[in-house]
Amino acid sequence: MKILTKEILAQTSDTRITKIEIEAPLIAKKVQAGQFVLLMVTEKGERIPLTVVGNDPQRESITLIFQEVGYSTKILGTLNIEDSLYALVGPLGHPTPIKNYGRILVIGGGVGIAEILPVAKALKEAGNVVYSILGARTKELLILKNEIKSYSDNLYIATDDGSLGQKGFVSNILEKILKEDKDFQLVYCVGPVPMMKVVSNVTRPYKIKTLVCLNAIMLDATGMCGGCRLIEGGKVKFCCVDGPEFNGHEVDFDELMHRQGRFINEEKVSLRKLKHKCKLDSGKKK
Amino acid sequence: MKRKKPEGQITKIPLKQRRRTFTEVSRGFSLPEALKEACRCLQCKEPMCKAGCPAGIDIKEFIRLIQEKNYMGAVKKIKETNNLPGVCGRVCPQEEQCQLYCILKNKGNAIKIGYLERFVADWELEHAVQYRVAHIQQQKPTKVAVIGSGPAGLTCAADLVQEGFEVHLFEALHKPGGVLVYGIPEFRLPKHIVNEEVDYIESLGVAVHKNFLVGRTKTIDELKNEGFKAFFIGVGAGAPKFLGIPGEILNGVYSANEFLTRVNLMKGYRFPEYDTPVTVGKIVGVFGGGNVAFDCARSALRLGAAKVCMIYRRTETEMPARDEEIENAKEEGIKLRLLVSPKEFIADKKGNIKGVRCIKNKLGEPDSSGRRSPVPIQGSKFTIKIDTAIVAIGTMANPLLLQTIPGLELTSKGYINVNDNYQTSVPDIFAGGDIVSGSATVISAIQQAKLAAKSIKDYLSASGA
Ligand SMILES: Cc1cc2nc3c(=O)[nH]c(=O)nc-3n(C[C@H](O)[C@H](O)[C@H](O)COP(=O)(O)OP(=O)(O)OC[C@H]3O[C@@H](n4cnc5c(N)ncnc54)[C@H](O)[C@@H]3O)c2cc1C
Repeated sequence: MKILTKEILAQTSDTRITKIEIEAPLIAKKVQAGQFVLLMVTEKGERIPLTVVGNDPQRESITLIFQEVGYSTKILGTLNIEDSLYALVGPLGHPTPIKNYGRILVIGGGVGIAEILPVAKALKEAGNVVYSILGARTKELLILKNEIKSYSDNLYIATDDGSLGQKGFVSNILEKILKEDKDFQLVYCVGPVPMMKVVSNVTRPYKIKTLVCLNAIMLDATGMCGGCRLIEGGKVKFCCVDGPEFNGHEVDFDELMHRQGRFINEEKVSLRKLKHKCKLDSGKKK
Repeated sequence: MKRKKPEGQITKIPLKQRRRTFTEVSRGFSLPEALKEACRCLQCKEPMCKAGCPAGIDIKEFIRLIQEKNYMGAVKKIKETNNLPGVCGRVCPQEEQCQLYCILKNKGNAIKIGYLERFVADWELEHAVQYRVAHIQQQKPTKVAVIGSGPAGLTCAADLVQEGFEVHLFEALHKPGGVLVYGIPEFRLPKHIVNEEVDYIESLGVAVHKNFLVGRTKTIDELKNEGFKAFFIGVGAGAPKFLGIPGEILNGVYSANEFLTRVNLMKGYRFPEYDTPVTVGKIVGVFGGGNVAFDCARSALRLGAAKVCMIYRRTETEMPARDEEIENAKEEGIKLRLLVSPKEFIADKKGNIKGVRCIKNKLGEPDSSGRRSPVPIQGSKFTIKIDTAIVAIGTMANPLLLQTIPGLELTSKGYINVNDNYQTSVPDIFAGGDIVSGSATVISAIQQAKLAAKSIKDYLSASGA
């Protein structure tokens, strides 16, 4: 559970996207594209799920990429090489069904780009023709462009501010592509919930199978607590054991967004605690 | 319906403090109290109490040792049959087991065997002279895997390691103990007691692998290939049941498992010192009438809820919870709304729960459980205002591991089918505890695990291991 390497992939004034390689021999051997792990940074920490972005059975390690947004990801971001996690369990969830679908579109938004990487790779290796669409707020936050490109037959980029690729959203590009060429058998999409919702709405009239990878709030991630429940096709599902991938045309995204805000006030309390701690720490250094 | 008061009176911490802290409620016996209680024991020639204990603890003998002030001897005696005395002394329903058979029961005052068991277990911890089994037999090179570290897994592991096998205990969570650490709250079962008893079992030589989800991290087949010769599955009945009514996905609706795990395992009651939050509103409704429901209600109160009511579809008489817990809850001010069934959770404008539509019941004929069943009264719909709901109507088998084992026979409800020896349809796989019986008790999990351990030993010696 030791951190072997660490790299800041992207940084802006308000956030960072960080990549860490963690020693995890058993998970490294076992994990497949689409699966996740659950970790705790400290004994007092939260249990948080993160998608496994890469694995190296020889180095007995897995790679995680996360955006330091909430309290627990910020704490995770404070760890350095040689530091250890308190707990790490996995691999969890169902792997992505990998086969030759034909022509597919993979779409990643923000840190979701990291999560589509192993899937794009596996689907490319399975013989698919892969079109990729990447989106980010701004150029600095558009990660892994070259890596995704190496598994893509076509790569499109959108940024909210137009600093890279097309100005606008991934869904604008998707709409344009589908208008000219409907011959896709799968759309695979990971990103912020509103983005996955819009993408699913775009593909619905074309009846293209659309998989979205969801990140509900989890606790044990073994199907024990039911905290990560969401609605797919009118039925209650557990994100941890039934997912994490679901049919985008059937997911109730509004419900999901709402449930992700369950502890929003407590999150603020935690972030204040972190600020205070940082102040104390920097005070000590002086 | 009025219930009998629980036998005798044990000192509890003051009510005021009780309502707002997670400190253990019952103080247990002081040394003089324990001695006095032990000396009431008649030392029957043919004691019935032992037969009332599913684990078959030699109760008469351990009480005799207390009478002789040989407390160490008393713990030792208990640990010959039960490695979790501090736990069982606190959470066993003794009033339905050993104490029910006590000859003094007829005179209305059975020996408080549970409190005596707890007393000696605590005595050992306090005096830090952890008794170790001296005679662990020579280590056999045979590897046994025990899956799940609840009372069943802990017991099976302890018994087999004392038979000299190389025992590996696999636990999905970051702490061993099962329901004892994630379910039963601190105010009934302090976690340091569980930790001490788990440490003791580890000290016997059991290799504990935390953060290891069998079925995902490795499958049973993979473990077989690595040389494990026999398996014990004690994964509990961990999957939550929901009511299946509209609105159950609203914010503010918890399963008992989620709520209790946040409170106990993650120590949410100490947020923000601990990072995992758990929130309750002003008015909490708890659905169910078992021990779990009472644990939820009493936890919610301690988290600061202004009002906690338990909504149950039958009457108090049919409630499966222990009398002692019902009494405690009432003392603390928890309200019972009886003969009421929930029909729908209602949302406020923001999609948070603001109430529950209910219907009133009357009691009808007894159902398959032998309890009188609730019959809805037409046209009796009404609404209860609540801003937090906790659904505590039971649990079921979690299929995650079971579906990865080819040839494993399950019951119609998804539990594991075993024969009288707790052997499953796969000859080298044994099982016990809640995953076999459905949600039951700590002591019944221990009993099943003991029988399974014995069968595993027989199975391995028959197969030449
Ligand atoms: C809130 C609550 C209060 C209770 N109160 C009482 C009481 O007062 N008295 C009483 O006698 N009983 C009580 N019970 C019931 C009692 O706790 C259970 O009957 C008992 O714990 C069952 O033991 P077990 O070992 O079968 O399973 P559990 O205690 O459920 O333990 C199973 C363990 O297996 C682990 N696991 C599951 N799947 C895997 C896997 N694939 N790989 C690795 N590990 C896995 C789980 O994480 C868990 O730690 C209560 C239960 C609850 C929930």
